[in-house]
Amino acid sequence: MSENVESEVGVPQALRRNIFTTALDAVYNWSRSSSTWPVMFGLACCAIEMVATAAARYDMSRFGMEVMRASPRQSDLMIVAGTVTKKMLPNIVRIYNQMPEPRYVIAMGACATGGGPFKDGYNVVSGIDKYIPVDVYIPGCPPTPESLMHGFMKLHQKMRSQSITNVNWYNKSYTGEVPVPILGPDVIDPREIPAMSKAVRLAREAKE
Amino acid sequence: MSGTPEAVVKKFPHWIEKMSEAIVGEEDGVWIVKPNALRAVAKYLKEKKGYDFLANVAGVDNLLHPNRKEVDRFEVVYHFYSTERGGDYIAIKARANAENPVLPSLVPIFPTADFQEREIWDLYGIKFTGHPNLRRILLWDGFFGHPMRKDYHEAYYEEEHRPYNSRYPEGHYVSQEDRTPWKNNLVFPNAFDPEHWQAPEIYYEVGQDFKNIEKLKTDRIVVNIGPQHPSTHGVLRMIVGLEGETVTGLELELGYLHRNHEKIGERNTYLMNIPFTDRLDYITSMTNNFGYVLAVEKLMPKVVVPERAEYLRVIMAELTRAMNHLFAIGFLLNDMGAFYTPSLYAIEERELILDLFEMASGSRMMCNYMRFGGVAHDVDENWVKLAIELVHNRLPRALDEMEALLTTNEIMLARTKNVGYLSPKDAIAYGTSGPVLRGSGVPYDIRKAEPYSIYDRFDFDLITEEGGDVYARYMMRIREARESVRILKQALRDLPGGPVMGKPLPYMVKIPANEAYTHIEAPKGELGFYIVSDGTPNPYRYHVRAPSFVNLNSLATMAVGHKIADAIIILGSIDIVLGEVDR
Amino acid sequence: MFGSGILKGLGVTLKHITTSYLDDVKSIPTRYAGGNTIIRQPMNEEGLFTIQYPEERRVLPERFRYVPMLIYDAETGKDRCTACGICAKVCPAQCIWIVRDQNPDGKPIPESREFYVDIATCMGCGLCAEFCPFDSIKMNHDYELSTFKRYPDLVYDKEMLSVPTTYYAQLYPQAWAEEQERARQKAEAKQKRAEAAAARAKAKEAAAKKAAQIKAAAQKQSSTDV
Repeated sequence: MSENVESEVGVPQALRRNIFTTALDAVYNWSRSSSTWPVMFGLACCAIEMVATAAARYDMSRFGMEVMRASPRQSDLMIVAGTVTKKMLPNIVRIYNQMPEPRYVIAMGACATGGGPFKDGYNVVSGIDKYIPVDVYIPGCPPTPESLMHGFMKLHQKMRSQSITNVNWYNKSYTGEVPVPILGPDVIDPREIPAMSKAVRLAREAKE
Repeated sequence: MSGTPEAVVKKFPHWIEKMSEAIVGEEDGVWIVKPNALRAVAKYLKEKKGYDFLANVAGVDNLLHPNRKEVDRFEVVYHFYSTERGGDYIAIKARANAENPVLPSLVPIFPTADFQEREIWDLYGIKFTGHPNLRRILLWDGFFGHPMRKDYHEAYYEEEHRPYNSRYPEGHYVSQEDRTPWKNNLVFPNAFDPEHWQAPEIYYEVGQDFKNIEKLKTDRIVVNIGPQHPSTHGVLRMIVGLEGETVTGLELELGYLHRNHEKIGERNTYLMNIPFTDRLDYITSMTNNFGYVLAVEKLMPKVVVPERAEYLRVIMAELTRAMNHLFAIGFLLNDMGAFYTPSLYAIEERELILDLFEMASGSRMMCNYMRFGGVAHDVDENWVKLAIELVHNRLPRALDEMEALLTTNEIMLARTKNVGYLSPKDAIAYGTSGPVLRGSGVPYDIRKAEPYSIYDRFDFDLITEEGGDVYARYMMRIREARESVRILKQALRDLPGGPVMGKPLPYMVKIPANEAYTHIEAPKGELGFYIVSDGTPNPYRYHVRAPSFVNLNSLATMAVGHKIADAIIILGSIDIVLGEVDR
Repeated sequence: MFGSGILKGLGVTLKHITTSYLDDVKSIPTRYAGGNTIIRQPMNEEGLFTIQYPEERRVLPERFRYVPMLIYDAETGKDRCTACGICAKVCPAQCIWIVRDQNPDGKPIPESREFYVDIATCMGCGLCAEFCPFDSIKMNHDYELSTFKRYPDLVYDKEMLSVPTTYYAQLYPQAWAEEQERARQKAEAKQKRAEAAAARAKAKEAAAKKAAQIKAAAQKQSSTDV
């Protein structure tokens, strides 16, 4: 999944006239975007608005999304609804890794997007996008149900712009797995370990 | 305070180190107890003086306080109440030095101190000797440092207090990530090398005493519920020891939503904290506002709240209570297996109440409605008309419908009767409050015991249920919501005209050095705010006594011996909100 | 009786279906005829509407707040903001950055050169709007702000934040009317003051004239006396 939707809009030039692919894409994307099942997974305040969106007044089932799965293995979409804390972070990354492709992530609310008002905190991750790729960001604290649904529509827009010919989840070498952060003295991102060790080594050498 | 302190000081002079400086309501100050006498004092207060309810335990770091330069660095404050006499509070303090902060634990006398002392160990690094299970509660084992100490700085630390000077007049936008070494919110000890680092081995002992183990011929297994589980009401983790399906031990792991409310609150100005309190218990933002403004108003004796504002505060608080109780019942049903539909019915009325909140304050959930000395906005006649319609017709109808659906429903009775029994004695000992305490038959409601705001003007009953089980807590909520409706009817009828705000306060208010503990009856129980001021516009210490957090103390006792499916609904019957548990 | 609970439950559900449907048909019969509608949930009904966003929208109250906006005068194009910095100081999340403008001599002038709000940190509390002494920062009602990118899409600069007074008047009709009323009263008071000042000046002049006349007369008299 690349993070830039514009680059995905374009089907390769050679395939553009291929009516079969276009029709297949339409069906493929229509079916995917009309039954995007979210993980039943709430973190904080935004989760209550997510519940309100699922409830009678806003009714997410109009988008084919009412089937909130408690197991990440049966779902397509993770709505990160609320403040991501460092203690919770390894669990979220694990849930993300357990979801089957194609998977999408919505960062709902200010906290999941960029740390929100709690950004300064010692136990707060300033934006889930530092660890897992995010498709749609919904600002607001908390986003009202309407704005969450606007985020869904934005996500559908992204889904519909993808083509079966170039999506990366049919690529055999692609896993999309994110290494699970480790809770040490603070959160250790496994991807950063070589750089951190190098910095320590350099500092030690400079001292000597 | 009953029993004059002088008499006690005379009788047991070896207990008291000295008296503290004057605080709100205590011109003589409070006792500063010698650490080795702390347990004796607690025992004396509990057994001889009837102070059976340890409401709040809070740590304070005196490092930067201008008036406390000479004293020991760490301080722990205990607030006791008497459930029998209704309120009647006494506070004591104990101090510990910076080099070796150790105090005796009060858990053997007051089991409710369990979580609160663990929190103080976690955030301040004060050790409690004799605590049965002293490990970190909100952060993880192996975290570097004790973050609430005044000399602990986060990665995004800019200045000690807000507002930060970098915002104006030369406030070029620089993301905080760009200012930190790892482009992220991370602090590591000096020369920390992850390649040579070994994760500490963590072993949680899951074992309350369970008597009938021999009878069961099954293997003992440990099941981990949460933090991502649909029935934990958020990100709570329960580590459950099981014999077959019977719970033999239950250990809670909290802190998955610990978002540093108190640390941020000490950086904020008094006003800035109001919107942050909305996010404590995010279902009942109005009562959180209410508790906080009452606490700060206690430190500002000159502030007078206009009559209309008082009524509006009570109306908002009671609407919140009714809404919260419906919500709690709905999700209790969700936990019981009546998935989705009943909880949807339960939050129908909530939407309308949120509409009213939105009209009055501007936001559905995070109302930020109350201010020191009043409320932020007035409501118009149309609002009152809608509220009267809601209170007189819709809310009673919704409660009737819930009762028709549930009160005599045999599935409900089978699942909830005699499940999760909590005796009145245990309920007090574990420091539970709100519907859990009153569901065990203890008539203690702060609105009655120490009427704050204008609660003494309304005619309503103190509800108790004798059952002490999940069903009693359910009935408690239904009946209490009806009492809320009763209060609302009176308040809306009597709502006077006039201003909703006295003289508007500036955005920064300096409060002279003082301290106060204020508690209100939030829908989930006793919500307390302990605030220490030091003469600046920012609180020196800002502690939240969260009802859900303290109520969770009693979960293990209630759940052990029941089936695992019952443990889930017992948790549901406590009605926790993780924003408040972890803060 | 065994099973009565289940029957009762089914009954409640059935009642819910029928009453909400009847309510729906009764109160907004044109709803299903098509077209965009803005609907309002009546309080005196039994059911609850499903708001079929995006085709239908809820009526937003005037005080609704989502993220801040900056108001400039639609006629003159001049910002109301004077870069006093109160919003940046009162903001609990500290998500407002202001650069005060300078005149060519390097002296600060009451205008902002840059104005940023990090929407991904903003908690939408509305304190900036409440404490702004010039009514220049208000809370926008636009909630459709989802984006595909965090940076730079969610760091709003002055251009993205600015809205004309006409937009503001449309969102906040009541506040706008009150503001106009206040402005009118202020202008009136000013005019009154000016008139009063003019009258005073006139009176003073007249008094001076009179005094001069008296003085002159007295002089005349005194001179005649001599």
